[in-house]
Amino acid sequence: MDLHDFSLRQLREGLQKRDFSAQELTKSLLKRIHTLNPELNAFVTVTEAAALESAAQADARLAKGESGTLLGLPIAHKDIFCTADVPTTCGSKMLKNFVAPYSATVVERLAAEGMVMLGKLNMDEFAMGSSNETSYFGPVRNPWNTEMVPGGSSGGSAAAVAAGLVPVATGTDTGGSIRQPAALCGITGIKPTYGRVSRYGMIAFASSLDQGGAMARSAEDCALLLSAMAAHDPRDSTSHPAAASDFLRGLDRPLQGLRVGVPEEFFGEGLDPEVAAAVQAGIDQLAKQGASIQSIRLPNNPHAVSTYYVLAPAEASSNLSRFDGVRYTHRSSAAESLDDLYLQSRYEGFGAEVRRRILVGTYVLSAGYYDAYYLKAQQVRSLIREDFRRAFAEVDVIVGPTTPEPAFPLGAKNADPVAMYLADIYTIAVNLAGIPALSLPCGFTQSGLPIGMQLMGDYFADDLLLNVAHRYQQESDWHLARPNLKAGEA
Amino acid sequence: MAFDEDAVRRTAYLARLALPMDEVPAVANQLEKIMALVEELCAISTEGVLPMAHPLDLEQPLRPDQVSNHDERQRLMASAPATEHGLFLVPKVIE
Repeated sequence: MDLHDFSLRQLREGLQKRDFSAQELTKSLLKRIHTLNPELNAFVTVTEAAALESAAQADARLAKGESGTLLGLPIAHKDIFCTADVPTTCGSKMLKNFVAPYSATVVERLAAEGMVMLGKLNMDEFAMGSSNETSYFGPVRNPWNTEMVPGGSSGGSAAAVAAGLVPVATGTDTGGSIRQPAALCGITGIKPTYGRVSRYGMIAFASSLDQGGAMARSAEDCALLLSAMAAHDPRDSTSHPAAASDFLRGLDRPLQGLRVGVPEEFFGEGLDPEVAAAVQAGIDQLAKQGASIQSIRLPNNPHAVSTYYVLAPAEASSNLSRFDGVRYTHRSSAAESLDDLYLQSRYEGFGAEVRRRILVGTYVLSAGYYDAYYLKAQQVRSLIREDFRRAFAEVDVIVGPTTPEPAFPLGAKNADPVAMYLADIYTIAVNLAGIPALSLPCGFTQSGLPIGMQLMGDYFADDLLLNVAHRYQQESDWHLARPNLKAGEA
Repeated sequence: MAFDEDAVRRTAYLARLALPMDEVPAVANQLEKIMALVEELCAISTEGVLPMAHPLDLEQPLRPDQVSNHDERQRLMASAPATEHGLFLVPKVIE
């Protein structure tokens, strides 16, 4: 096994035992990034010099006998997290030259742990997309089949982790942007309970839905990373006072007596039969490990996509009004008046999908339509949350597919935005409710594409989801499969 | 519901997006499809259902009104596309 296949725990042991240094580890992954990234396009920025410098600092701390859980371990951040002194593009031409004056809380916390940042990861523009094709910096390719999309919007994070460019990465999830790419790239990713992870310095898309989380090759690595990410942050007014937790603590609890609910609505029309079979096998595996399985109903889940495509664009149109061509964004050189400067800079700076969502959001919030769309969607959002409330009175965890189909070919859904939106049909309700959910690998299609299974939990049951996923991964080896990448051994 | 070309032009101006004329028909068509997707919401009975704005029922936290930011004018303006004498430049607004 090579360093790029190691889990965080194995890497930590190697560093502690001085089998290799943080600098050697960093150099070996940088070499792998240089070899594989030209094709995968997972990294937008590689911070080689800064990475070697933090690795040297980590080595000095290790030599002094420090034993921090994440000290010297490599990471890369989705390019939506602000990093002082390193560009933060959010996948947009609008922020092509933007260097944030401060770092996101998540970035600061992980740096303080001694993690070594290797760079910033590609993403759909402003996190709007499910295929990573809306990025101004070009699409990311799926390491399992480079003709396929990696999913989105955290597609760079998922591809980088799956390809072994980095053992863990941060991501963000507004409607499925951690779980859907995790499923399509065969990795594990958790969207925590809303309020767990600080949104300070995380560029806002839809503030009542956005949540940062962890992406890794195993639930255990997600738990390690999330334990350092989750904390109450006074700089984020939606940060929860009880956000912090040690997610490793309950990881090994047996699944005996676990009540698993399987929603009928997740297995209806539109679900790929290979995905259905693999997820069913995953559920059977949980039963074999001691869980009791029962069928449940989430009757309002079919309305989640329409509810989301009113609320998320509405919030986005408001959040993205700050990009005006004046203070820190792309500025049109064609403008002659101030109004023209706004109009031209915003048209030139935003890509087609972002413009589309801004238009939808502006429309549903405009005079005469607010009650019919925005207020109505907020009411349906209540109904969706109520569904989950009722379900979690009877079960501990809800299990279903993460996506209706495996990775699709690049370009397949570009002409039809609505077809693309339906890629998130099973992930969106979770964000509307604000509950935690996790995707983990549960099989492969005949053609060798990964399939993801989704676990959903009640508010603040993030630890239970990680526990169930970890136990599942103790008895299965889907998460240990690696794509066959032609690269010089790193 | 009709997302006609007039509605697109009106909304684009409200959103301050200079949509070129030749793009309007295609955008109108896509927005029409998106609105057709969300139209199904109208049929759902929501009488007496409280609108949900946010997942957590938390009160807005308050903190003492103290200065916590440092003067970082130069850093904050470093990414600005056009500045002069420490000010953001915009096209002339008063003749």
